[in-house]
Amino acid sequence: MTGTVTISLRLNGEAVTATLPARMPLVDFLRETMGLTGAHVGCAHGVCGACTVRVDGAAVRGCLMLAAQADGSVVDTIEGLTESGAIADLQDAFHRHNAVQCGYCAPGMLITAADLLDREAVPDRVPDRAEIRDHISGNYCRCTGYQAIVDAIAEVATTRADARATKQGDTA
Amino acid sequence: MKTNAFAYVRAETVAEALRLHAEAGDDARYLAGGQSLMAALNFRLDEPSTLIDITRITTLRGIAMDGDMIRIGALTRHADVADDPVIAAELPLIHAAIGHVAHPAIRNRGTFGGSVALADPAAELPACVLALGGVMEIAHPGGTRHVAADDFFRGTYETALAPGELLTAVHIPRPAPGSQVGFAELARRLGDYAMAGLCLMIAPDRSDARVVFFSISDRPVRARAAEATLIAGATAAEVAARATDGIEVYGDLNAGTATKRHYASVLLRRELARLDQKKDHAA
Repeated sequence: MTGTVTISLRLNGEAVTATLPARMPLVDFLRETMGLTGAHVGCAHGVCGACTVRVDGAAVRGCLMLAAQADGSVVDTIEGLTESGAIADLQDAFHRHNAVQCGYCAPGMLITAADLLDREAVPDRVPDRAEIRDHISGNYCRCTGYQAIVDAIAEVATTRADARATKQGDTA
Repeated sequence: MKTNAFAYVRAETVAEALRLHAEAGDDARYLAGGQSLMAALNFRLDEPSTLIDITRITTLRGIAMDGDMIRIGALTRHADVADDPVIAAELPLIHAAIGHVAHPAIRNRGTFGGSVALADPAAELPACVLALGGVMEIAHPGGTRHVAADDFFRGTYETALAPGELLTAVHIPRPAPGSQVGFAELARRLGDYAMAGLCLMIAPDRSDARVVFFSISDRPVRARAAEATLIAGATAAEVAARATDGIEVYGDLNAGTATKRHYASVLLRRELARLDQKKDHAA
């Protein structure tokens, strides 16, 4: 039994091994140990969503998971998703719709939005505005009033569905 | 704020978890999804000596039909419950409730057993388990014991679990064909704690009924007066008028006791009316 743990994980595509205090939350490990400051700490009890990152492909709260629990996992942050271009269309839409003001919520909001769009990735399925609002209900934005955020996500949902339908048509 | 410093150990089996807890003593805590425990630790509402991470005990994950019972492994995540075909087909009450359990990112980590074992009076799943007449499967150093939902929830964050005992599964009887269920809650934001919530389970021909409210008392509570009135064949309005008879209602930051009583009654009237209408359409 010990107050420190050694973990190995795949972080934004790269193998990382680190020894850290057992009590360190995942988001603190990412920000302080790894220097990835995209995930933010807002409330530290799971309410605001600013710390949302991806663990093994699923959106999770970085404040409600110990770094120790990420041992053996694949962790992706906004930095990795930006570099890979996986959510470039969402980021572009957020920019064009002015869905970012102070930017504190944006990384978590983008990961949550991507989670919804990945989940609905079937050709005939486009989440409506109510579903989008429900899905981002766990991510606070104190600047925009959400309207522009929903606009941006709805636009990408439609363009992605159109692209899938076109692709489907090509192969049929 | 940050948690206190603690030791962290992982258990690979239930037996190992129980042994680690016995070694670490009563200040140890089992760590499952951590979606409530980590928040409590971040606020120093609890300062455990040791966290025993049980999330890698694979035998505690998954949902299976076992004759006329459905076994929900304690470590089954809310997101997996939401997508599970057995739950969708056999336990529509839980299927309806699960989308109200916190937010998507929390449902990706939080576990069914964790929510039941924590027994937050505002939580949806303990109320569902009570309405469905579930049975808790509890591991302890001497073996396994079972506790019915009616005897399990004892108060705010209080259950029949003794220190060191581990909830391993919840067994839920398959509702009789033709049973009706209803779920409704009032919350300021989808996924937030309800100001009042309702789980309804009505046997065919109203031969039996369970009316359970959550977030109005110190635990999920059965509305015995409303149940009796419902079984007696009263109208939705008559049943709703007795919604909180005999229930000790507690107010909170969001709503006082009078408001909670009102909300509970409104939820019950609406759900019964909805079920009546559905039945009329079906007939």
